[in-house]
Amino acid sequence: MEPFEKVHGVVAPLDLPNVDTDQIIPKQFLKRIERTGFGRFLFYDWRFLDGKTLNPEFEMNQERYRGAGILVTRANFGCGSSREHAPWSLLDYGFRCIIAPSFADIFFNNCFKNGLLPVRLSEEQVEAIFQGVRKTAGFQMTVDLQKQQIKADGGMSYGFRVDPFRRRCLLNGWDDIGLTLRHEDLISQFESRSAPPLSPTSA
Amino acid sequence: MKPQTLFDKIWTAHLVREEPGQPSLIYIDRHLVHEVTSPQAFEGLRLAGRPVRRPDLTFATMDHNIPTTDRQLPIRDPIAARQVRTLEDNCRDFEIPLFDLNSPYQGIVHVIGPELGLTLPGLTLVCGDSHTSTHGAFGALAFGIGTSEVEHVLATQCLLQDKPRTLLIQVEGLRPYGVAAKDIILSIIGRIGTSGGAGSVIEYAGQTIRDLTMEERMTVCNMSIEGGARAGMIAPDDKTFTYLRGRRYAPADFEEAVAGWKKLTSDPGAEFDGAIHIEAADLSPQVTWGTNPGQVAPIDSRVPDPAEFDDPNARKSAERALEYMALKPGTPLVDIAVDRVFIGSCTNSRLEDLRSAARLVKGKRVSSQVQAMVVPGSQQVKWQAEKEGLHHLFRESGFDWRESGCSMCLGMNPDILSPGQRCVSTSNRNFEGRQGKGGRTHLVSPVMAAAAAIEGRLVDVRQYDLEATASSKPS
Ligand code: SF4
Repeated sequence: MEPFEKVHGVVAPLDLPNVDTDQIIPKQFLKRIERTGFGRFLFYDWRFLDGKTLNPEFEMNQERYRGAGILVTRANFGCGSSREHAPWSLLDYGFRCIIAPSFADIFFNNCFKNGLLPVRLSEEQVEAIFQGVRKTAGFQMTVDLQKQQIKADGGMSYGFRVDPFRRRCLLNGWDDIGLTLRHEDLISQFESRSAPPLSPTSA
Repeated sequence: MKPQTLFDKIWTAHLVREEPGQPSLIYIDRHLVHEVTSPQAFEGLRLAGRPVRRPDLTFATMDHNIPTTDRQLPIRDPIAARQVRTLEDNCRDFEIPLFDLNSPYQGIVHVIGPELGLTLPGLTLVCGDSHTSTHGAFGALAFGIGTSEVEHVLATQCLLQDKPRTLLIQVEGLRPYGVAAKDIILSIIGRIGTSGGAGSVIEYAGQTIRDLTMEERMTVCNMSIEGGARAGMIAPDDKTFTYLRGRRYAPADFEEAVAGWKKLTSDPGAEFDGAIHIEAADLSPQVTWGTNPGQVAPIDSRVPDPAEFDDPNARKSAERALEYMALKPGTPLVDIAVDRVFIGSCTNSRLEDLRSAARLVKGKRVSSQVQAMVVPGSQQVKWQAEKEGLHHLFRESGFDWRESGCSMCLGMNPDILSPGQRCVSTSNRNFEGRQGKGGRTHLVSPVMAAAAAIEGRLVDVRQYDLEATASSKPS
């Protein structure tokens, strides 16, 4: 995984609560066996009218949000299915950071495993960012994971908190599996002392 | 010793490593794998040159993107076919048992786990699928994970997890007539909302829950994720043990196992981080009117008016949902006409679900407006249902009778809604486009779905004689 220190970029708005992973990446694209190339399909049914033409009604499609690296949205983002294709498509589209008042658990976890930073801010702070984004075309922001701080156009500045372990993993680009395998001895010990019915009887 | 919850007991028994300020490393006893969320995980293993640590604790099947029509024919969609083939290749290369399309045990992963006795009390069980919470019905700690975590479990048989909070949901009293397990869980989600369980493991308890059959308990636990919870669980009891006895992968020394499982209850006085109490007498058959499972109402009520929602987020959500669903506030729910009916999914595709629906449709005809299908959850369910002649009842009424799989629960295979079609479905998600772009989904119980198929509109099933033994039908 690539280390994450900070991201600076245009902020795009998605003004809806409870955005589920079926919306982030619809199921017809989950048949692919690759990890890459999902950006084209992000928010597919909202972004496109007929699969090709951009839907002008979908706010994120406006020219002013082109090349956005940060997404601001509402509560319970990423609910529903566990599909990791959701963070893959957000990343592949160009987002490195999602800001919302709250996230669904599995999605939140999946983000960290892929170097996508989910930041929780209060409802009021998120509202203020939405207002900034709408007032100023090309509204930009820096999200600094090292300092756990957001600085935005117009002098806006917010602190945020990320779980220290997750923060360290992101900053260093550590791979969870590598970390866990350092404790291989503990896993083996656990396996040797754990009693049946751990093993299925007929295999 | 401090009284422990059921969750605490299982969690503690699986701790491999605990370090302050870090997620805990917990051991995973069963890992279920399906075709959609695993290819990238196996690819990751290959790239890193890592083996699967415990192929003997890993079991795979294909369920999400397979057709439910004739199995003798090849899968027409080349991309879907490649994904299915990839799972076959991965299982062969890493020596993982696979219940493939030719297996008599193939089915939706959350239907076959319990059916095969892979799901047992006290175990930790994961799968790259959010409805893994289903398996908690057996007193297992079971939750859905993402593909990176699938790879992590394949490589290490462990998972890094922050300890979740615990939430007790107690349902007391006798279930009123016509109320199915689905109605219990839909009511709960309606009450706590789609994120009310966030960060939590729910334990369902109380008389009403104990009175449920194992299959009904699975329906309840299945939808825990729709309330935002990581997992849902129910303490095992004699019903659990009876269900498991003699299953293919059940422990050889069953009695000894049962003796251990009997300790898997929350101790009196155990503390939960939250608690909710529900009276069964307040429950009624439910139907969703919106585009998330929390947007739900009793069948004898009306489409709500968003203007009456206090919370601005809820109001905005409701407005958008009604627009998408093409519904007007104030419309009686029973006046809503339907085009399609789907009986299936890991929530409601087991034998009892099919029996209750079949009983209702027996001797009646599906409305000429409606296209209706039944998709059994597994080959075993299908086989047993056919032995009982349920497929004849369905077919004679005008239902399609299909092969097992996820089917129109998510419409990854050819079973999808056309834009604008309205579907009454026994599945678990009514998200926009879930069953097909532009499709509109109303979630209900199997009997409610069966009744809607017959009448061509949403129906209050309490007007039928349901012959339901589990209900306190007034005589
Ligand atoms: S039936 Fe539906 S919810 Fe269940 S595993 Fe399949 S797609 Fe997921």
